[in-house]
Amino acid sequence: MGMQTFDELRAIVGKHGFISSPEELHTYECDGLTYFRVMPRAVLLPSSTEQVQAIVRICHRERMPFVARGSGTGLSGGALPVENGIVISLARMNRILEVDFPNARVVVEPGVINLDVTGRVSPQDYFYAPDPSSQSICSIGGNVAENSGGAHCLKYGFTTTHVLGLEVVLPDGTLVHFGGKTLDAPGYDLAGVFVGSEGTLGIATEVILRIVKRPECVRTLLAAFPSTNEAGAAVSDIITAGMLPAAIEMMDNLSIQAAEAAVHANYPNCGGLLLVELDGPVAEVEALMTQVNEICRSNGASEIRVAQSDAERALVWKGRKAAFAAMGRISPNYIVQDGVIPRTALPRVLSEIERLSKEAGVRVANVFHAGDGNLHPLVLYDRRIAGQEKAAEALSAQILELCIAAGGSITGEHGVGEDKKKAMAKMFAEPDLATMQRVRCAFDPMQLSNPTKVFPTPRLCGEKPGEYVPHASESAGIAERY
Amino acid sequence: MDAATKHEASGLHSALRYKFIAIVGNENVRAATAADAVAGVHPKLVIEVGTESEIAEILRLSNAAGLAVIPRGGGTKLGWGNSPERADLVLSTARLNEIIEHAWADLTVTVEAGCTIQRLQETLAEHGQRLALDPLWPEKATIGGVLSANDSGALRSRFGALRDLIIGATIALPDGTLASSGGKVVKNVAGYDLPKLVTGALGTLGIITRAVFRLHPLPRNTRSFSVATANAEEAQRFALAVQDSKLAHTFLQSHFSDDASPVSDILFEGTEAGLVGQEAQLRNLAAPARVLETSTSSWTAREKLWTLADPENTVIAKISVLPANVARTMKLVEHIANGQQVRWRALVYATGLGWLRLEGKVGALRGALQALRRELESQEGSLVALHHPEKMPSFDAWGNAGDALPLMKAVKQQLDPKSTLNPGRFVGGI
Repeated sequence: MGMQTFDELRAIVGKHGFISSPEELHTYECDGLTYFRVMPRAVLLPSSTEQVQAIVRICHRERMPFVARGSGTGLSGGALPVENGIVISLARMNRILEVDFPNARVVVEPGVINLDVTGRVSPQDYFYAPDPSSQSICSIGGNVAENSGGAHCLKYGFTTTHVLGLEVVLPDGTLVHFGGKTLDAPGYDLAGVFVGSEGTLGIATEVILRIVKRPECVRTLLAAFPSTNEAGAAVSDIITAGMLPAAIEMMDNLSIQAAEAAVHANYPNCGGLLLVELDGPVAEVEALMTQVNEICRSNGASEIRVAQSDAERALVWKGRKAAFAAMGRISPNYIVQDGVIPRTALPRVLSEIERLSKEAGVRVANVFHAGDGNLHPLVLYDRRIAGQEKAAEALSAQILELCIAAGGSITGEHGVGEDKKKAMAKMFAEPDLATMQRVRCAFDPMQLSNPTKVFPTPRLCGEKPGEYVPHASESAGIAERY
Repeated sequence: MDAATKHEASGLHSALRYKFIAIVGNENVRAATAADAVAGVHPKLVIEVGTESEIAEILRLSNAAGLAVIPRGGGTKLGWGNSPERADLVLSTARLNEIIEHAWADLTVTVEAGCTIQRLQETLAEHGQRLALDPLWPEKATIGGVLSANDSGALRSRFGALRDLIIGATIALPDGTLASSGGKVVKNVAGYDLPKLVTGALGTLGIITRAVFRLHPLPRNTRSFSVATANAEEAQRFALAVQDSKLAHTFLQSHFSDDASPVSDILFEGTEAGLVGQEAQLRNLAAPARVLETSTSSWTAREKLWTLADPENTVIAKISVLPANVARTMKLVEHIANGQQVRWRALVYATGLGWLRLEGKVGALRGALQALRRELESQEGSLVALHHPEKMPSFDAWGNAGDALPLMKAVKQQLDPKSTLNPGRFVGGI
């Protein structure tokens, strides 16, 4: 980037919205996955859609890659800067633009914090359903990029279910609108494709969200089992009994210890802890809670508690949501894994993880969204002990392979980003990935928007299997074929 | 189309036809008849494929030869969308109908495109489960067709649309690629969500060969009620009050027409104890309006609306408005219908989606549709005409696709560059 381009970019956002000093850039060299670090050329903090467009147009003109960033809490390196690129932080675009209760819609800018949406609508007894553990700091724009889930998506669905429309700056600076306030807008469901595309298809500058009325009551049950096997059997029984709880979470002994040490959630000390939350009309929830109680008992639960107040319920959740960070209490270093398996494969995969863990001499703590088979094994290690980090990484990779072999997925909510792009080739066949990349080419033919993420091998647009046509940038010597 | 491909298309009885026969067998290739017409356009050949690789191979050959391909499931919604610009080949998925895996303990099912909704539901019911969707004509409609047309009914307000139920898909592209995306688990963010892209794409990007869905348990008990209201405003007030209440209803739909005051149906599912509680709340909420318990299923309301006594003087449209604009929309329909002297009837869900039937003279129907679309689009809504008389002068089925249309065309160009699939049937001439 020449000085002139630098000046042009600075002029768009003003000197307070432009970061280029190395010490300040350090903040942006990674996201929540600190393993990968790349220094961006500059970080821009636009405060309007027009500014985002102006920045992207310059990137397009200069063939300069850009990475959009929300709060930087992502765990797969999705917001990791790319070499010779800039970072566009949406943190200053943080206004809630419209709240429409009769239609249960909220329109926000991408930098709005997830929990602030609920904060804004809770006086009228509504809430925004997707609740990733980082909800008090993560942004809606980041949630859109990652299609964030959370504990309650078992019942309420993921971010994609709650995004009705998007205003998007495409990688050439064009402004487009996907979906809208009404349902089923004529045309392709581009909002459906954009949500979860990890910043590779453009930058969302406005998001139309659906909000949900708070249920009449919420009941949270804690059940202590001898091991995760019995807890897993109880989960299966709850699901096959035809119930759809708002959340079902499981923690193993190591995670319980860590959560206890960190937030004193007053969890029973046991081999497998189940947290089941039901919500809805009082009479319905109470009838079902009785049944959940029986199911837990018949599967060997030694202790069952139902949170008696909002405060108790909040504490129960605090322990669960703090589980990742709490690992610091019992291990100097750890890797947070995110894989999905069909729920029925749970006992088999867990015992396999245990076997691998013993073999490698590396401890694994298991925290998971048991209702939908989303595992978060935490691989614990000590960097100071020679060979442990490598062993932990290898174990973490093996766990993902177990998930793929069980017919699951390499990521349930953290995304592919930089971290798992190689694993994509294990989960999908070449034609599957090539087809996704063709869609990407429609949005971003120059491959400027977060270009090195998600896919194991980038593909030049215009490249068609069987009929070789050199891309314009290739002929001009700008790009090379992989 | 250049001269050579034109020749190829008209010479379907020759070399290419033999290639097709070599792939699917003689008994699965036949000349098209009048019954195979697609919105007034007559194809030449009908091929029934039996496997995914057959579909990919037929598609690849057709694409190379410049033929236009019309994918077909049960054929129940084949009239939806604009008339095709060209139609050479109907590719039927009727034989591609296996239920591959009902992983009942995982609440998922993998099913081939040609399986009918009814057969799928019957299989799922053996384990007390369902695909929580109530599409039109389930005994004939297929998975692939319902997905492509994005058809959903009243259950959508509780369980979401097809986009929320589909978790994986395999599609055959015109170049012969078979591509899978999504997966077999409900929670999965690996790669682009192409199942959503092909849902509602009317078969213009690829042919769906199989789909994976998340399932829901069948309800333990149900109870439904109807609430009569004096006028559209009252019906809307009731619907919005229900939406804003703590009731956990499964669906809410309202009937409007030119000859009766509005009636709203509401369905609850759950435990007996839960249902008793909800009924009491409903009666409170609806007072002073009368709440009647109904035993007849309201599921067939949409099919009734679709009963065409006189197809040549009837229009059926799907409308989408904001939930708080329903009353205003119904008054608008009434006003426009009166002006054009057409009869009207509508079924509107709590989501703001609805179905409208207009009956009258062709010119008046067209005028009414145009006026109504203009108004709905100005209120961020839409109107899609799904059935219109054959003799009605050309009327774009879709309306305004917005500023993303060039991008939609770019997506089409990437996946189907020669416009082999359903040419001209979708928005903006796609």
